Amino acid sequence: MIRRSPFTFAPWLLAGPGALFFFGLVILPLCLTVILSFHAYDHSKGIQDTFTLSHYAAVVTDEYYLSIFLRTLRISALTTLICAAIGVPEAYILSRMRDPWRSVFLLVIIGPLLVSVVVRAFGWSMLLGSQGILNQALHLLGLPSAKILYTETAIVIALVHVMLPFMVIPVWTALQKLDPMVEAAAWTLGASRFTALRRIVMPQVSLGVLSGSLIVFGLSASAFAVPALLGGRRLKMAATLVYDEYLQELNWPLGAAIAIIVLVANLCIMLAYNRMIEVRARRTLG
Amino acid sequence: MAFLNLEQVSKDFGPVTAVCNVSLGIEKGEFVSLLGPSGCGKTTTLQMIAGLVEPSGGRISLDGRDITYEKPNRRGLGVVFQSYALFPHMTVAENVAFGLEMRRVPRSERNERVREALSLVQLASFADRYPRQLSGGQRQRVAIARALVISPPVLLLDEPLSNLDAKLREEMQFELRRIQRKVGTTTIMVTHDQAEALSISDRVVVMEAGRMTQVDAPYRLYEQPSNAFISSFVGKTNLLAGKWRRNGASAYVEIKGISLEAPIADLSDAAPVMLSIRPEKILLREPGAGRLDGRVTNRFFLGSQWLFTIETVAGTMTVAIPNQGGDPPLEGSAVGLDWTLTNLRVIPDTANL
Repeated sequence: MIRRSPFTFAPWLLAGPGALFFFGLVILPLCLTVILSFHAYDHSKGIQDTFTLSHYAAVVTDEYYLSIFLRTLRISALTTLICAAIGVPEAYILSRMRDPWRSVFLLVIIGPLLVSVVVRAFGWSMLLGSQGILNQALHLLGLPSAKILYTETAIVIALVHVMLPFMVIPVWTALQKLDPMVEAAAWTLGASRFTALRRIVMPQVSLGVLSGSLIVFGLSASAFAVPALLGGRRLKMAATLVYDEYLQELNWPLGAAIAIIVLVANLCIMLAYNRMIEVRARRTLG
Repeated sequence: MAFLNLEQVSKDFGPVTAVCNVSLGIEKGEFVSLLGPSGCGKTTTLQMIAGLVEPSGGRISLDGRDITYEKPNRRGLGVVFQSYALFPHMTVAENVAFGLEMRRVPRSERNERVREALSLVQLASFADRYPRQLSGGQRQRVAIARALVISPPVLLLDEPLSNLDAKLREEMQFELRRIQRKVGTTTIMVTHDQAEALSISDRVVVMEAGRMTQVDAPYRLYEQPSNAFISSFVGKTNLLAGKWRRNGASAYVEIKGISLEAPIADLSDAAPVMLSIRPEKILLREPGAGRLDGRVTNRFFLGSQWLFTIETVAGTMTVAIPNQGGDPPLEGSAVGLDWTLTNLRVIPDTANL
């Protein structure tokens, strides 16, 4: 007979602060935002107490908004792809390094996280600007100057720089769990280094790449500082659009509607992607 | 020249010498074990043959071809790793087929050879399972099938049985030998388990601290170990330190004030030696009737035999007596120890020179 502990409320007590925090700072504002997005808005009188679907209708029918959503999707997908292309080999090299160097390079990769995104974005704008170091170098070489700042290219470059650690770390963790002899076994069976990587190592770190991509995509799609500082006033992404609706147009309900649409779209894309890869990987890796 | 030849092969890791001047010739079809305690360089030697570690010096040749610096994927040797290193995301059949796929063997022939290899290791009905769905012994056999299916000239086994429990290990030893006999592949096995090395090898190479110290058939290794380390590492033995004395046509060894008759050896008078005698070579007699008297301090029943610890003037001795149904001497009783002189070995005691 197991005696019932008098402290059955202990788990509640332990989970309480976290749950309260989560409820107060995530669930409640989210609910308020959803409610806000259905409020009517009048340019002269402000937010009304009547409810309407017109904000949602406005967003999905207006090409201006759709183009911004498409740009957000394009930039996030491209950032994720480049992060995977750079981060996966980087993680592999990192996992094969000897110990003092491994710690040093891991620090080099994680280090940028200690610097504010705003500071880094300004750094990129100094490098890429019309009078920036890049253009001065091009000028010295007698080449025509390149207009990179305030283009999607600048946003993608800076986003990749910011997001890379979020790809390297999960992939590196997945590689750490790998038996190094498995790769050696592939070599002894006649596989070249490249084939062994492609056929043996990559499939086993696919879950790490998956979680890395989800983090990078999610953070890129909702990034604010980088597009705001490197995209300029005209080149908007979802987060900067919401910001403008709230603080420039003062149309809070429309901003809320856009925020909700971005959230739902982001969730749908990530869940679908997760399902697609995870189902396949779980089946074989167990 | 032998089929697989190692000449003066060495490997240094920084200031540490892992393998030092190993020379070994292995004939076609032979089963050779590299035996030694952990850290003796046996696995490094195997990895140099496999091409996973580059030698610092020396030469390795296979069938007359120099393979010292050849890449592992060009050597075509079969390797079974200690962790088995199966590909977890592939089925058993895909694992076994991988080597054939790399060799661009056509699909129909590939399927046929995979089927043959799996039936050789008695896993034909497991082809579609994933490695995680198999037991340790089954995984091990998949690893063997995967290494053998490419028909390698040499099969390398790195502690293949160390991850199995005792009973399974014993079964797999004979299974391994059966497969090797049937296929006839030249095989090198690394092991720290002397029983494993003795029971299935044609020859055993003993390694100590990066050097080869004895290469012999299992029986000769057991009966004529070349030094005190081997005699205690390979099987159990009683070692008694003493001084060797020649007395005309006979010889004796002085141990703690008593003298025991010893076989003639090519040693100088008063040389420090170790007397080595196996526990099962000692016979129990009435007190005073043997070569040495003692008192039983412990007795252990092991089923097929009794194991005694006997306190004597010369030191503590271990004696094994086959269980023949009777009741052997009790703890505390006095006994005499006897043996045939030829079973006593005199080993020069290099440690006390």
